[in-house]
Amino acid sequence: MTDTAWIDATLTSARPQAVGALLRYFRNLDTAEEAFQNACLRALKSWPQNGPPRDAAAWLIMVGRNAAIDEVRRSHKQEALPDDAVISDLDDAEEELADRLDGSHYRDDILRLLFICCHPDLPATQQIALALRIVSGLSVKQIARAFLVSEPAMEQRITRAKAKVAVAGVPFETPGAIERSERLAGVAAMIYLIFNEGYSASGETSEIRKPLCEEAIRLARLLLRLFQSEPEIMGLTALLLLQHARAAARFDASGELILLDDQDRTLWNQKLITEGVALIDKAMRHRRSGPYQVQAAIAALHSRAAKPEDTDWAQIDLLYGALEVMQPSPVVTLNRAVAASKVRGPEAALQMIEPLADRLSNYFHYFGVRGAFLMQLGRNEEARVAFDRAIALANTSAEAAHIRMHLDRLIRDSQPSGAASTKNKK
Amino acid sequence: MLYAILCYHDEDFVGSWSKEQDAAVMSKIAVVQDRLKKEGRLGPAARLLPTTAATTLRKDGPPLVLDGPYAETKEQLLGFYIVDCENLDAAVDVARDLGAANPGGAYEIRPVGLFEPGASAK
Repeated sequence: MTDTAWIDATLTSARPQAVGALLRYFRNLDTAEEAFQNACLRALKSWPQNGPPRDAAAWLIMVGRNAAIDEVRRSHKQEALPDDAVISDLDDAEEELADRLDGSHYRDDILRLLFICCHPDLPATQQIALALRIVSGLSVKQIARAFLVSEPAMEQRITRAKAKVAVAGVPFETPGAIERSERLAGVAAMIYLIFNEGYSASGETSEIRKPLCEEAIRLARLLLRLFQSEPEIMGLTALLLLQHARAAARFDASGELILLDDQDRTLWNQKLITEGVALIDKAMRHRRSGPYQVQAAIAALHSRAAKPEDTDWAQIDLLYGALEVMQPSPVVTLNRAVAASKVRGPEAALQMIEPLADRLSNYFHYFGVRGAFLMQLGRNEEARVAFDRAIALANTSAEAAHIRMHLDRLIRDSQPSGAASTKNKK
Repeated sequence: MLYAILCYHDEDFVGSWSKEQDAAVMSKIAVVQDRLKKEGRLGPAARLLPTTAATTLRKDGPPLVLDGPYAETKEQLLGFYIVDCENLDAAVDVARDLGAANPGGAYEIRPVGLFEPGASAK
């Protein structure tokens, strides 16, 4: 690696720790960010000449903190009103900070930094934007690109989010056990949101938004390093790794979504799958299951099947059953029905989703799945009605195209024996 | 004399490499490995999964399984095993058996991501 690439990678990996410590020190997000920026500029000058510091984060914290204190002193001189109280306060804190540099405070520093981004007053999109800016250090331009909005619009979104966080006040006290686990759950949910922003992108934008998935994985790994015994954080990390492992196989050359069954499984990233499976294996030893672990276990079963027909649908059916209990939702039941159709047939699966009709009356996947079950049962006319509704509700051109493929098959199959064909599909 | 070369690095740093950067480093390493293999001097080599996947069995008292890598600095690295196991449970069982035969200290159990069996493992 070149010098600059090496320094960039070091600054990126040290950022959450350094900004988190500077925030604890200055209790102001803008000051902390500015101090970190100053430290980075000095690193770019100093490191190529003097070689890398042994502990890059500690170096950046010290240098950033000193730069900000100088700044305070300078501005006070300009105002010709030196405030000794402020300066001596900072001097006291200096010793305290030095004591803590190798301490366990880092863990809460980083958690706090992540936690203030997922403040409940912030809508999801602002949470994500703020986290990418503050924790990950992506530029406003990069974030704007990932969200497909203009740079000024994103700048405004981040500024608003920061203002809200400042008003809400940053929780600086060291969290107790319950508070810490609540923060952890909020942060985990936010990391999953970041991932989904990238993962749910449609074909044309999936390349642009892929960095969001990679950043979410980096943050999940970071969180797991800090909280090594939390099975749900292992589950979250595993889930993201296993889903991202399929990235290269999810879209065709024209940007159309390829369903799991039709993906070229040789394109799946085995390195990520190995790590994901190892993490879920480790998590399950705790016998403290949770939604991330169950979803990761489902993803792991898919990733272990070399061919779609090797998939352990019975186990997936059971896992969705467990997820239904933990996180009841019509969408989970819908997913379970897909697994159930492979184990117990389309009739049983159709019965499972009938009660969801009201709640999912505007949900594309409901009608896509319903149509598929009906088609398997040879109820082609009803299937066609469901598919028509699905197309009307499709969110992306890829989704619509996929349903149209089913419809074409229905029409093709119904040609020889007429519309009342009872031919079973599978 | 056989020598073990133990690899240490900052995993945050290595983990922040892009796929291209990672591949570039691995291909440079492959050149050195290939030379050693041709000379019949390369034994098994492994790239371990990140410490997030690590589990530690403490055996200085009753065996105790903990999440995460071995973090104390009191003890020194004295050796290692590569074992083929169905899952982490099975690997922990092997470590327990070894630990019963050789109490004290700890074993860190880490999944192997990449394994190169080498040409000269005698």
